[in-house]
Amino acid sequence: MTETSRGLPERPLSPHLQVWRWHITMACSILHRASLFALYIGVLLLAGWALSLASGPDHYACYTGLLGSLLGKLLLFGITVAVFYNVAYIVRQSFWDLGKGFAPKTADATGVAVIAFAIVAAAVTWIIAAATGAL
Amino acid sequence: MSSSNNQFRTPLSRARGLGASHHGVAHFIAERVSGLALIPLFIWGAFAGIRLAGADFDAVAAWVAIPLNAVLLSLLFVALLVHLKNAIQLVIEDYVEAFAPKAALVIGNLFVCILAGAVGIVSILKIAFTGAL
Repeated sequence: MTETSRGLPERPLSPHLQVWRWHITMACSILHRASLFALYIGVLLLAGWALSLASGPDHYACYTGLLGSLLGKLLLFGITVAVFYNVAYIVRQSFWDLGKGFAPKTADATGVAVIAFAIVAAAVTWIIAAATGAL
Repeated sequence: MSSSNNQFRTPLSRARGLGASHHGVAHFIAERVSGLALIPLFIWGAFAGIRLAGADFDAVAAWVAIPLNAVLLSLLFVALLVHLKNAIQLVIEDYVEAFAPKAALVIGNLFVCILAGAVGIVSILKIAFTGAL
């Protein structure tokens, strides 16, 4: 930019960052990045789970005791939401890769659908888990 | 690179090596393909999680020792860590500008992902090959 505007007075930047309206597709994109960090924690927890299982019953009981605490369950529920969010988001991205779904109304609708799917699927998973006595 | 050396170089020659690294397409495709692989693995993983959450050590170890479960668990690690390594590297490259912290975070991310994969897969294979302790 300094190259092209050499010799010219400094020009004001467009105010796009201040007046940017909050909308669903932007929220989806930000949530997707957030969900990736949740999955990062999730895969580390999964590796720890495998390690504790390979280390014997005492370690496994200790580890699942930590995961089964209230804080652990909250964390696991968040990771469950992130998992289903990613499943739906990857489907949405694949349609984009085929060149479909870019119309603003379609993109908004699929964004709402992805968020709704993540919450509903995570809730259903935990309800089934509770119903089968896993919690 | 001295200026006396530079004057014999063509503009194209000087521009080469300054542009894109030509790894972008491979990165993009790896991200999409690992994402597609994760869809069935995640859904299988959710069912497995429901099944195993309330089970005791012996039942869980016996479940992991079933070859299909050991394979799918290992593939879940591989696909998820390839996906996350690329995704988190992209976030680092987007937001960290200075070279040294960026390089440190990108390399740290790579090491953490490989460590998690090695720990996870070796643990699973140990149970699969030798059974529970």
